[in-house]
Amino acid sequence: MANKVFTITSGKGGVGKTTATANLATALAVDGARVVCIDADIGLRNLDVVLGLENRIVYDLVDVVEGRCRLRQAMIRDKRLPNLFLIPAAQTRDKTAVSPSDMVRLVDELREESEWILIDSPAGIERGFRNAIAPADVVVVITNPEISAVRDADRIIGLIEAEEKGPAKLIINRIKPEMVKREDMLSPDDVLELLAVELIGIVPEDENVILSTNRELPSSSTENLKLGKLSGISLPG
Amino acid sequence: MSTFFDRILGREKSSAKQAKDRLKLVLIHDRVDMNPGTMETLKDELIDVISRHVEIDPTAVRIEMNQDGRQQRLIADIPLNPTSRRRSRKRV
Repeated sequence: MANKVFTITSGKGGVGKTTATANLATALAVDGARVVCIDADIGLRNLDVVLGLENRIVYDLVDVVEGRCRLRQAMIRDKRLPNLFLIPAAQTRDKTAVSPSDMVRLVDELREESEWILIDSPAGIERGFRNAIAPADVVVVITNPEISAVRDADRIIGLIEAEEKGPAKLIINRIKPEMVKREDMLSPDDVLELLAVELIGIVPEDENVILSTNRELPSSSTENLKLGKLSGISLPG
Repeated sequence: MSTFFDRILGREKSSAKQAKDRLKLVLIHDRVDMNPGTMETLKDELIDVISRHVEIDPTAVRIEMNQDGRQQRLIADIPLNPTSRRRSRKRV
């Protein structure tokens, strides 16, 4: 069975999990695949807004888990990309509203009809993180080339192993090649040497990310996007 | 990548190098959940135990924590002194 459920996590907040999830999902959908994203950051949802789908939310993840709606009713279909779906998080609840086994059950329902299921994990190492990785075939860790991000990534990689969801894969996000050249920023090789996991992608810092989020379009969907960035990411399986 | 001349001219290592060196130490201690101070105690006790069984020079002992991929290793390098031969007091 091919790997199709990917959880994107990091430990540290703000390194680019949601942005990466949105862009990966969009790129895969543009490529023709049927993709479902799940925002597992209950209480601090953002995948909806980064995908530009915030006005379409009727039901959310917690509504499904608590039986107030069917799974299909919570799936928002993107009008611009009809094979991209989002199950948004609840905003006025917290991570205790959902359990790891709820997540596994929900994802199992989606497996057959989806080619890719991407789960946007919250930051941290507690319940939200454990919910997000429970149904994963592969867990992808996002980090920045910066001391506290790498330290947290290391911790999360250890936890992923401990939860028997390893080995984790790594994406290094927000690299500034000029700074790396000047030796003012950790290089991808430095980060790899420290974390010792498989690298699947490197994404440079890019102002376009903010511009796109402002305009409710993930960068992957704009023509100007240097696809070279995303082509550096190969999802295993 | 500081050169020999950088070093003799007193130029410090790059900030990236500094970050990397700091991270190396931080990660080792995070992973093993051992405080840096505990390492000293461990070293002393190790020397103590080994000394009871074989003669060693405590000042020549090196004990380090190394990273081997995702695995942490405690490496102890303990030179063993040759057994001292008894010297006969009589000189011929």
